[in-house]
Amino acid sequence: MAEKEKNPNGAKGMTVIVKTISSWVKVLIFLFGIYIIITGHLTPGGGFAGGVILASSYVLLMLAFGREFVEENLSLPVASRLDCVGALLFAAVALFGLFFGAASFFYNYLHQDYLAEKETALRLISAGTIPLSNIAIGLKVGASLFLVVLVLSIFRPEPSGSKEERD
Amino acid sequence: MAIFYILLLFMIIGAIIAVETRDLLSSVICVGAVGFGGSLMFLFLRAPDIAITQIVVEVLGLIILIRATIARDRTFITGDREFFGMVVSVVIIFVIFLAGMKVFETLPSFGSPIFAEVPDAASLTYIKEGLRETGAANLVASVILDYRAYDTLGEATVLFTAIIGATVILRKKSKKLLEEPDV
Repeated sequence: MAEKEKNPNGAKGMTVIVKTISSWVKVLIFLFGIYIIITGHLTPGGGFAGGVILASSYVLLMLAFGREFVEENLSLPVASRLDCVGALLFAAVALFGLFFGAASFFYNYLHQDYLAEKETALRLISAGTIPLSNIAIGLKVGASLFLVVLVLSIFRPEPSGSKEERD
Repeated sequence: MAIFYILLLFMIIGAIIAVETRDLLSSVICVGAVGFGGSLMFLFLRAPDIAITQIVVEVLGLIILIRATIARDRTFITGDREFFGMVVSVVIIFVIFLAGMKVFETLPSFGSPIFAEVPDAASLTYIKEGLRETGAANLVASVILDYRAYDTLGEATVLFTAIIGATVILRKKSKKLLEEPDV
């Protein structure tokens, strides 16, 4: 047990300092990713950048604590289902425009019909379907990139060249 | 304008070192430096959305690269580079560079937008009517998610397909690991 704990950069995580700091910092990174997604229609950022920040908070945990610790929290089937939910949510937000204005796909119905009379610029609840699309894209991109790093760390090639699975 | 040439020189030197060196750690660090220079260049070109995305994707890509190469105790590139492949890639890059020089001469200079030359360009409509029609203060978000939302759907589909492809190819071993009898 002591040899595994002292193993830096090994398969079971990093040293105590890295684990402590990363368990404090991961919440800040996750919150920052949510902030970038939600205020994507007011400040620079948007769904793509915020989703990558969300994924990188989980990748930080994976590097510091090892893959099994993160897999108990957000396992591979759950992450792939979150990915699909994000993509379907984006398509659903687009398709609902057909029911409202009947004008076109991706019609910004919430802004054109309901809120166009009031002066709602620079507020959090404004710009119609744009925050909803940002949230859907952020969820999708975050789950996708976390899934890639998780699958790549389950299946890693050996240095001798033959492909084996590592634990 | 001098800052752009300095950043360009930095990125070119970083890219050449990343290709030529034999030590994998130096190569990965130079790839990270090229990405960082690109993010700074986007920041100086007044595009903060792309700068944020570039820096976070580059950091994530660096982590994947380091995990794939250095953590597996592969620290040196062995073997020689073949001559014919190098010649072909240099010739192709040179041809693309010449074509790019011809294309860049037709673009308007940095700072004077396209609607100064073409009076009914679409960008004028985005700037004038963007806030009123979409309600978003960030005009980039209004373009990519309202005016050109179809392109964003295409980009999201490409990302989704790429991730599905990667997961399916690596699926056999992962599935065997998931079905191990510790459940």
